[in-house]
Amino acid sequence: MPTSIRQSPGARVGLSIAVATGLYGVSFGALSVASGLTVWQTQALSLLLFSGGSQFAFIGVIAGGGTPVAAASAAALLGIRNAVYGMQLNVLLHPRGWRRLAAAQVTIDESLATSTGQTDPLEQRRGFWVAGIGIFVLWNLFTLIGSLAGDALGDPKRWGLDGAAVAAFLALLWPRLRSRDAGAIAAACALATILAVPFVPPGVPILVAAVVAAAVGWFGYRAGPDGEGLEPDIDPYPDTVQTERTDPS
Amino acid sequence: MTLWFWIVVACVVGFLTKLLGYLVPRKWLANARVARVAGTLTIGLLASLTVANTVATGQQLVLDARLGALVAAAVALWLKAPFLVVVIVGAAAAAGLRLLGLP
Repeated sequence: MPTSIRQSPGARVGLSIAVATGLYGVSFGALSVASGLTVWQTQALSLLLFSGGSQFAFIGVIAGGGTPVAAASAAALLGIRNAVYGMQLNVLLHPRGWRRLAAAQVTIDESLATSTGQTDPLEQRRGFWVAGIGIFVLWNLFTLIGSLAGDALGDPKRWGLDGAAVAAFLALLWPRLRSRDAGAIAAACALATILAVPFVPPGVPILVAAVVAAAVGWFGYRAGPDGEGLEPDIDPYPDTVQTERTDPS
Repeated sequence: MTLWFWIVVACVVGFLTKLLGYLVPRKWLANARVARVAGTLTIGLLASLTVANTVATGQQLVLDARLGALVAAAVALWLKAPFLVVVIVGAAAAAGLRLLGLP
């Protein structure tokens, strides 16, 4: 007998992750208008791009004076991991027809983590859809609240919003630094960025770092039992989602 | 108008990337090397965005209140603070250091 949706562990985890993740849409909204996007442009990113890392990347490049082309490139590169997630979810959920399009749109770090954190196929499906749709609704709602509030704040520097952007990127990076290799790649790309800043237009240093990261990933590849902590599906809420993970240290 | 255009491009590319995973034969992306590149790209881009937003102002390297925000955010993350708290700590550190007179 399948459990009812009320007692479903997948739906419960999905809901708690939806609330936690949806709330920080407020920081995206505020930072996006501070970087110079309008409320409508900000909302378009949350509705249509809908992938936190890519959205923060887009506005991060714009805020640093980069061109819209560089911003779109950074967003596109950060979204590549979603293709890998889609492949994993397709195997788990087999969505068909319009459901496949809907599943693709809500394929993000958190919905993947919720789904793969469950063992029962029904719970994997419930977890994915509750987390995916829940985050989509709340993320968009809180983006709007954040962008309207950000619009009213005035000078973003006075409120430390440039510091908030730095903190947001570090918080997105942090849970992925679970192995020595991951730390080394982060350090190499940080250094490449600093070295590139004086010589190329704003936004381009991020693409230079992407080339370094891709080269390390491609040429540094060793066949092994796991990805040495570099697999793209990092569980953003290890305390909420019940998954077994080995400690990297 | 150019900004709108590239926002739409980013959104279309982002959606097609997600959809690609559901459409291509499994073995293409199940390749461990491809998965590894997706992982290293994500780490590298986020590290680069963190640093660029901390020290870059146009094409100049600048040390200002944003560096304090980075340190404060790292401490908050080390203490296992949730995402939104980390962001607020970063903003408070930068705003506070500016009140003290830092650029």
